[in-house]
Parts: sequence; structure tokens; C-alpha cells
Amino acid sequence: MPAALTLKDPYSESRTYNVRAALVLGLVLILGATLFARYFALQISEYETYRTESDRNRVQLQSLPPKRGLIYDRNGMLLAENRPSFVLSLVLERVPDLDETLATLQDLVPVSASDLKKFRNRSQRRRPYEAVPLHFRLSEQERALLAVNRFQLPGVVVEAQLLRHYPQGELFSHALGYVGRINEEEQRALDEVDYRGTNHIGKIGLEKHYESALHGDVGYQNVETNALGRVLRVLERIDPVPGVDLTLSLDADVQRAAYTALEDRRGAVVAVDPANGEVIALVSAPGFDTNLFVNGISATDYSELRESRDLPLFNRAVQGQYPPGSTVKPIFGLAGLEYGVVTPETTVRDPGWYTLPGEDRRFRDWTLKIRGTGHGNAVDLNQAIAESCDTYFYDLAHRLGIDRMHEFAAPFGLGAPTGLDTTNERGGILPSSQWKQRARGEVWFPGETLNVGIGQGYMLATPLQLAVATAVVANQGTVVRPRLVRSLDGEPVAVAVSNHVEASPEHWQVIHQAMHDVLHGERGSARAVGRGAAFKMAGKSGTAQVIGIAQDAEYDADELEERYRDHSLFVAFAPLEAPRIAVAVVVENGGGGSTVAAPIARQVIEQYLVEEVARRG
Amino acid sequence: MAEYVRQMPSAASDLARRPAISERFHIDFPLLFLLVLLTLFGLIVLYSASGQSVASVWRQSKFFVIAYGAMFAAAQISVQRYQRWSPFIFAGGLALLAGVLLFGVGAKGAQRWLSLGGFRFQPSELMKLAMPLMLAWYLASKVLPPHPGHILVSLLLVLVPAGMIIKQPDLGTALLVSGSGLIVLFMAGMRWRMIFGAGLLAVLSAWPAWLYLLHDYQRQRILTLLNPERDKLGSGWNIIQSKTAIGSGGWSGKGWLNGTQSQLDFLPESHTDFIIAVLAEEFGLRGVILLLGLYLLIIARGFWIGVHAQNSFARLLASGVTFTFFIYVFVNMGMVSGLLPVVGVPLPLVSAGGTSIVTLMAGFGILMAISTERRFVIQ
Repeated sequence: MPAALTLKDPYSESRTYNVRAALVLGLVLILGATLFARYFALQISEYETYRTESDRNRVQLQSLPPKRGLIYDRNGMLLAENRPSFVLSLVLERVPDLDETLATLQDLVPVSASDLKKFRNRSQRRRPYEAVPLHFRLSEQERALLAVNRFQLPGVVVEAQLLRHYPQGELFSHALGYVGRINEEEQRALDEVDYRGTNHIGKIGLEKHYESALHGDVGYQNVETNALGRVLRVLERIDPVPGVDLTLSLDADVQRAAYTALEDRRGAVVAVDPANGEVIALVSAPGFDTNLFVNGISATDYSELRESRDLPLFNRAVQGQYPPGSTVKPIFGLAGLEYGVVTPETTVRDPGWYTLPGEDRRFRDWTLKIRGTGHGNAVDLNQAIAESCDTYFYDLAHRLGIDRMHEFAAPFGLGAPTGLDTTNERGGILPSSQWKQRARGEVWFPGETLNVGIGQGYMLATPLQLAVATAVVANQGTVVRPRLVRSLDGEPVAVAVSNHVEASPEHWQVIHQAMHDVLHGERGSARAVGRGAAFKMAGKSGTAQVIGIAQDAEYDADELEERYRDHSLFVAFAPLEAPRIAVAVVVENGGGGSTVAAPIARQVIEQYLVEEVARRG
Repeated sequence: MAEYVRQMPSAASDLARRPAISERFHIDFPLLFLLVLLTLFGLIVLYSASGQSVASVWRQSKFFVIAYGAMFAAAQISVQRYQRWSPFIFAGGLALLAGVLLFGVGAKGAQRWLSLGGFRFQPSELMKLAMPLMLAWYLASKVLPPHPGHILVSLLLVLVPAGMIIKQPDLGTALLVSGSGLIVLFMAGMRWRMIFGAGLLAVLSAWPAWLYLLHDYQRQRILTLLNPERDKLGSGWNIIQSKTAIGSGGWSGKGWLNGTQSQLDFLPESHTDFIIAVLAEEFGLRGVILLLGLYLLIIARGFWIGVHAQNSFARLLASGVTFTFFIYVFVNMGMVSGLLPVVGVPLPLVSAGGTSIVTLMAGFGILMAISTERRFVIQ
């Protein structure tokens, strides 16, 4: 029994214990020294590293987005401003449980499904620690609710942001364009540094054309933040440079007069100052509320706008291409005089139609349907313009030939974009035989020349082009490039004279007189509109066919569906002696030019001139 | 027989002497002095670490009042009584641990508490004392150095509760509990070849333990320790931030209440497990040396008490309690500085939190009971 032999020996046990205690104490000292070495390494040897790390931790470089430039009309009325708006955003790195946080947020703020969808899209392409916006335009109450619940919502931030606002709404929708949130495609093309912190960019129109000026330069600040990213102190700051303020040549009162005059019709009005190309009014109706687009328009709002038959998103003033109709007659009349194919005294017999020599096809005058006859046996140029005689211009066009017509009309700004400082401008068509060969691969037929002679056929022009061409007529040949911006931060934009149409002063006089007679002559097509005006106006009506009417078919406007009715056009300038405004009006499916479009032109002109007279005392 | 010898009035002069205050109230003054210093320093750090919250310091102070009470109470119980009670305390602790696994209350994904009439109680804390008591009782009753059979029994006594605590899961406490048992076994004179054999076995069983015993988050912590950059914002965040806090403190620190890492909330758990980072950031290496010095002096005093204890049970118990305290210090300071994985061990007597303070101070009460036991055997 070995157990019986081994007795407990307190002294040996105590001895063993003492040895072991010494060993353990040694171990404790070694491990203690290890700990000391570790802290020494961190605090002394690597002190600099961690000191820097700790500073970088608390100090953050934040970008300060610049304030977008404001836009004013010529009288200093604010057209585009920046309004503070509170945005609910999430810093994903600091949100412990995204689903839970979103669920909590939904109880406090009405976060819509489209908000969530856009939020998820935006979170895909963000920089680390960047706040991703979830909901815009928080109300006072929502902000208070969020502030109260802040402690249970780590990573949720409410930031004041300046948001673009267009106080005039749809009145200036097409003139200004709008800004919207930067999309993925734009993001790739942008200067990443300059747009750090900027969420919006000009999408269309003036806002897009002047994006670089309006945007400004980004600033920076070094801030001390806590671990939740809340800014505690600003250590250093480089202020952003705000964007340039634009003063436009647009006149809000004239713009409104034009928009009101159009009522709820579809159409466009463009008014230009012939002296310097300043656009006084640029209206396309119907307009739309551009504010809807600033933070991403909702799908329903967007489809409503897109699917409307009235095409409110379509900028008719610069994109709408219409047959100019008789409004081009003064230009072709001048061409006839200049090329010597007619003199002011040359007369044409007008039975109500015109036939090319050796052909049977009758090109009808518009009077034929109404009066059963033409303008008389001896129609001269003055009468042809004042009464809008088609037969005269069929004959004139035939004598000029399409290529000389093209050559003469091109400097007026027809057939090519005018270069207005906006986006999406279209150039219309000023046909020539070459053009037809190029565009259609066909030869030019003489009959087609006749249609162009009265502004029909292949010919197309935008309301802006018509206004510019009218300004050239008013200027007696000086071609000034149109522009919307008058000054950038008070720095005036130089007038750009781009061309000059050479014609003798006598010939200009003939044309001006004829256009005067349109409104003030005894038989002027728009004499009803000219009556009682305080100043002398000059103009020309136009009626553009929307659909081809068969040669001998009866045409009854009343029976036609509204959408197939003729477009109504009118161009005008005033005062006759020293023109200050040139206007082009297009009313889609409006019918006759002198009855629908001409009164609008007069209202616009009067608004501008009366206002100007008043301003000058 | 040992019992009998001790109760012999072998030294009459000793009996006649009026007992000193320390003996009468069972207070070990050197130990008490060190503990009070540590307590005060801890409260100063806690005030800063809790974001200058007077309420936190007040709550902690109340815990300390309870803890010092527990210490005085524990010091009044005689060593013999501890020896007699040891197996029952251990058995009770084991039963409570089983209770936790069966009807425990959860918090943060772990099941550590038992709810007794609204009072939440953590049985694994009790085990930190029950373990050295039990092993000291068991081994003191055997002829030392222990035989392989006794060692096996001892290991079982360690592993069963440790395993139950890992299952809760609470790796940190399991580490402390098994450490407090194994040190008793070592101090009892376990032979070196067996120590190495057991060590080899432990290393060999580490791999299956990694695979089957550890929870996923525990594995994460160890992997994160090896490479904190692996998960910079997730589990690596704590270590990176605490190392930054410690390192940026330098020699003299950023000053009390001026630590940017801790005051700006970069440091997680700054008033509990990671409080040493606040101390290191604000008081610098000087503060760390002061704290480490206090700890080592307390441990040295513990060993002194053990060496001067009068029988094997008291000796073994003293070393068990003292070494557990050291494990606290080493694991916490090691994990916060990135030397060890994050296992959830508080910095003893400094981290906020009541339970560990009460247990620790009760342990020091036992040490005082040993140190102030009336000596009948003159050594």
C-alpha cells in the first residue's frame, strides 16, 4: 500500500511552494515587462505615427460646395435662386443596421418607395463616408422628430442644403432650363474635385449652357469631428467661390405678356432687340414647372408631362421647326430686287393661281378659296407683301431659282442654328438643290422652288430663327448673334455681329414700306391689328399648312380637326423708323397668321415699347 | 494530524500578546493601502472615460462600497471555515452555471446571467473564487506533489466549469476561471514532465477547439488581432482606435479629460473594457507605469501572503486568488494594446461594472483572512 507510506510533509510542501512562487513571480515580472514594452513601443517608439493617426481621426477635410450663381431678368427680377432646404442623409459606414435604421426612419418621415429606390441607386456610387441623401425638403416637424430621435439613429444626418428654386415656375421653363441631380453618366464626365460636394448640375437650357460659370469653385474646410461624424469645430477653411450671377436680357413683363397672350394654345414667341441681339422674350407654350425636376421628378409627374399631347417639355422656341409660310416673303422680295429679277414696279397678273410655263399644275393663291379669284391683274411687290400674294412669289421664286434664294436667305440665319446661348437649338431647313441631293439623293424640281417661295415645301425654321431674320430685316442687314445673357456678374457680354446682308438702302426701304403696309396699309393683311397703334409697326403674316391639301380639294378649316389646322405665324418689328424689337410668333394650328398670331405680336411689342418709354420718362 | 498540531498552544507568549489591530479586524494594511490607491486612480480615469459623467462615478463608488464591504466580510471568515466550505461553494457554483445554461438571461448574444427576483446575478463570477477554493481544498487534502490521478481529477474540476462558461459564451471569464485553477495545480508542485505533457496536449487540442469549441465571433477576434486592417471598420475598429489612443498619448499624455480619441467617441467601450486606452491617452506612459506598478505591488503582496501562510490550503488559495488578479491585468492590458485577442476581460478595479469588482475585492478579503490568521506555528 504505497499510500500508507507517503505521509503529508508540510515542510517539503512549503519548500516546493516557495520555489514555485518564485517561478510564478518571475513569470509575472516577465509578462509585466512585456506589457511595459508593448506600451513603450506604442507610446514612445511609434508615438509620431499614432499622434498623426489620432489627428487624422478627428480632423476631416470636408468639401464646401459653392453657391450656384443666381439668374436675373433685365430688370433685376430673380428668375433662379437657391433656397435652403433640409435633407435627410445617411452615412452608411456609421449606420450599424441599415434595414433597422430605415424602418425607424419610415416611422418618422414619409420615405416613399421611389425615395428608397433612388437612395439605393445613389449608395451604389458614393465615396466612403459620404452622406447619401434619402429624403429631401424635410418639414419643420420632421426635422424636430428626427432631432428628438437622433440618439437611436447613428449615421443619420440632417443637413441644410441650398436647392435651386425657380420662382417664376413655368413662365421661364424653356428659357432657363433647369438643374437636376447629377447622374451616373455626368458623374463620369465631371471634374471630380470641383464637383465634390455638389449634387446638382444644369441639365438643359441656360442652366446647362452656363454650367461652368454658374457652378463656381469648390471650397474646403478642416473640421474636428467625433466618431459619429458630427462636426465639433472648424479648424481651417478655404471658402468656396460662388458661381457667377447671370443677368439675362429677358424681360419678365414681356415674357409674361407673351405667355398670357398665347393663352392655353401651343406655340412660341421670340422677341429680339435688333440692335444687339438680346433676346427680350423666349416663350414656349405650354410650359411646365421646372422645380419638379430639381430633385428628381416623380415617375407619375414625368410620364404625365411626357405623354401630354401638348408636348410641354418640347421647347418650341428653339426646337420647333415650322414651315415659315409667307413670313419669308419680305426676304425673297428683297432677293428679287437685289438680283434684279424684279423692280418695285414689276407687276404680275394674279388670277388666283400660277402655272409654270408649259405645265398644267396650278399653284393656288390663298385667296382663290375665299374669293374665287386672285389679287388682281397688276400686283407689284408692295401689294404682294402687304396682301400676301402667293402668285407674285411663285413667279418671283421661279425667276430667282432655288439656289439664289438659298444663297440670299442663308445670312439671315435661316437653315442653321443661330448660336443662342442655350441647348438643343435646331437649325431648320433652308433648301437648295445641293441640300436635296445631299439629304434626299434626288434632283430638285422647279415646282418645289415655288413652294419654297411662299415658305412652304421643304423649308423649315424655328421661331427663334424667324425672330433673328426679322431683326436682320429691321437692321437693314446687320446680323447680330442672339443671346440670352446680358452680363455675367455685372460684366457685360459683347455684342457679336456675325454677318451683314448687302442690299441697297432703297430696296430695304421698299421692303420696310411693304411690311409697314401689312399693318397700316389700306389693304394690309393685318391692318386690323395695326389699327390704333401708338407707333408704326412692320410685319408679315404667315400661314403654314400642316398637311398637304390635294390640288383641287376643298379646304374647310372648320371641318378639319384642330390638330390639322394651319399653323399661324407672324413676324414684326417696331418702331418702323428705329426698330427696337423684332418678334416672331408661331401658334400651332392657330389658323390664319394675321388673325391669331399678329395680335400676340402686337401685345408683345406694345408691352416692351410702352415699358421702355415709361422707363425713359 | 496537521490540524491537531496547529491548535496546540505551543507558544504561550504568542497567546498572551494582545492581538494587533490588523489581526483583530483581519486587515492587511499594505494590501488595503494599495487597493485604495488603485480605487481612487480608477475613479479619476473613469470620470474622464465616461464622458465626464458624475453619475457613472457615483454608481461605481457605490459598487466600491459594496465591494469593500464584501472584502471586510470575507476577511472575517477564518481559513479553516473556507476550507470546510470549499466543496459546497464549488458545488453550488457548478449548479448555478448549469442553471445559466438552462434558464439564463441573455444580453448581447450571450447568456451569462441568472435572474433571481429582479436581481441579476452572474454565476461565472462566483466561479472565479470557487475554483481556487475547490482546487486548494482538494490538493491540500492530498500528499503533495500530486499524483497523476489527482492531477486528472483536478483538471476535470477545472475543465467542466470552464467548458460551461465557454458555452455561455464568455471566453474571458473561462480564461480567468481556468487560470485560477491551473495556477493552484502548478503551485501544488505538479511535476514538470506532467506540465510539459499537459501543455503539449493543450497545443494539440487547440485545432479541434478552434474548429468546434469557439464561436464564430471569438474566431473573428483572434483573426482580427493577427491583422486588424482585415476589417478596419468592423471588428478591427476597436483595436485600431485603442492603439491610436494609447500611442498618441506619448510619454506625458494629452492631459486629463483632453484625450481626443476617448472624448470624441472614437474609442469604443471606453469606460469598460478599453478604459486603459483612455488612461494611456490622457496620462501617457507615466500613467501606465503608475498603474502597472500598483498592480505588480498588489500581486507581490499576494505572493508574500501566500508564502507566509500557515498551511497548504491557505498557500494554494492565496496564489490562486493573486494569480487570477494578474491574469485580469495581463489579458486586459494585452488585448487593448493589440497584444492579445479581445476577450472581454475588464481592467480590474478600474473598468466600470459592479460584479467583477465585488468578486475581486472578496478575493482580496480572503487574502486578508489568510494574512491575518493568528499564528500558532512560528516559522
